[in-house]
Amino acid sequence: MTKPFLQIDGKPIPYTAGQTIMEAATAAGIYIPHLCHNPEFEPHGSCKLCTVKVNGRNCSACTFPAADGQDVLNDTAELNELRRTVTQLLFVEGNHLCPSCEKSGNCQLQAAAYFLGMVDAHFPFFYPARELDGSHPDILLDRDRCIFCELCVRASRDVDGKNVFAIGGRGIDSRLIVNSPSGKLADTPIAATDKAARVCPVGAILVKRRGFEVPIGERLYDRHTLAEESLEREEPIVESRHD
Amino acid sequence: MTEKLTAATTSLAGCFGCHMSLLDIDERLLALAEVASFDRSPLTDIKHCGDKVDLGLVEGGLCNAENVHTLREFRKHCRILVAVGACAINGGVPALRNHIALEECLDESYLNGIGIENPQIPNDIELPLLLNKVHPIHEVVKVDYFLPGCPPSADTIWKFLSDLAAGREPSLPRELIHYD
Ligand code: SF4
Ligand code: SF4
Ligand code: FES
Repeated sequence: MTKPFLQIDGKPIPYTAGQTIMEAATAAGIYIPHLCHNPEFEPHGSCKLCTVKVNGRNCSACTFPAADGQDVLNDTAELNELRRTVTQLLFVEGNHLCPSCEKSGNCQLQAAAYFLGMVDAHFPFFYPARELDGSHPDILLDRDRCIFCELCVRASRDVDGKNVFAIGGRGIDSRLIVNSPSGKLADTPIAATDKAARVCPVGAILVKRRGFEVPIGERLYDRHTLAEESLEREEPIVESRHD
Repeated sequence: MTEKLTAATTSLAGCFGCHMSLLDIDERLLALAEVASFDRSPLTDIKHCGDKVDLGLVEGGLCNAENVHTLREFRKHCRILVAVGACAINGGVPALRNHIALEECLDESYLNGIGIENPQIPNDIELPLLLNKVHPIHEVVKVDYFLPGCPPSADTIWKFLSDLAAGREPSLPRELIHYD
């Protein structure tokens, strides 16, 4: 039996039933920029960085099922421009001051911006007031940098079984909330070894006493582009999920 | 290029790191001097721009009324305006105060902070009024190019300047774009 195929940027890509476009692409070594997607978790579809054109319509590659005969556009000037705009919006909606951030160099948002050639944020900055939570002995929660990808929510619920995080509020008032009577991290069962403490793609949830361990110039995305890093790490996971 | 480019630089709410990075282009400064002459700049100590400036480099964001005034005047004289470094582009480290009410900042710095003697909030007609928040420069004037970095490396600045001097559209490869 011949395998079903879709096309990405004119190239035939095989897929297996149940795969999303993102998963089919990753398995074939094609990078589609993404932030809220992580192949270890169920898709969430919130950041829209993975927007591709499927038969002429914009869709999120991380949630859209792969199907026969799809004509997918991914690496086009128009889509990358759109992704750059989305990234700029993420920067102005939070407080991202990379020179003072421990995650700098290891941060996926920053690396996405490098990858997409972003040199400025274009829009006026919101400078939202967001609460910092340093109450936990081993984990720092700096909401300034949260991009609402819900990876911590998914990790805490699905892997750690602790339900520590949730997103509360709507639109510009969205905020990361912590499930404890005081609303503080110290009063939750979260531990530094939990998946939820390590999954944040930006510097919003940090394990304490690890900052600046690796000097600038030698950090993850100083050495690899986001595309290289994602494909190397994510391909094996996708393969094993759909074995 | 027959006529020399005229370049000007200014520092608003920044730490002078971007100017240091400009000086860090080292002996390439001589090549730069062949194609460009400096007008207003903290390096020349000229206080106001001449009539025609081709290229204006701005370091720092806007934290007080004088910064806004200086920036507007600078923009008026410069054909091409460049935001250099994190502070000009997103407020940078000075913008860390944006979370905190201005009153609290002043209180901590001048009245009730640790080790303060003779507490008083400076109040002199010569002191420019502080803005409530620190802002990047594109929120006030049109910016033509952005050189990210804290500071942008000497190579980044050099690539930009040499592209421009050679009449090429400046472009920065990925290795030269850094936000920290
Ligand atoms: S989370 Fe990433 S983008 Fe935000 S300040 Fe930190 S390094 Fe920069
Ligand atoms: S804290 Fe991190 S992992 Fe959690 S929603 Fe915010 S950005 Fe995503
Ligand atoms: S990665 Fe698909 S929407 Fe975020």
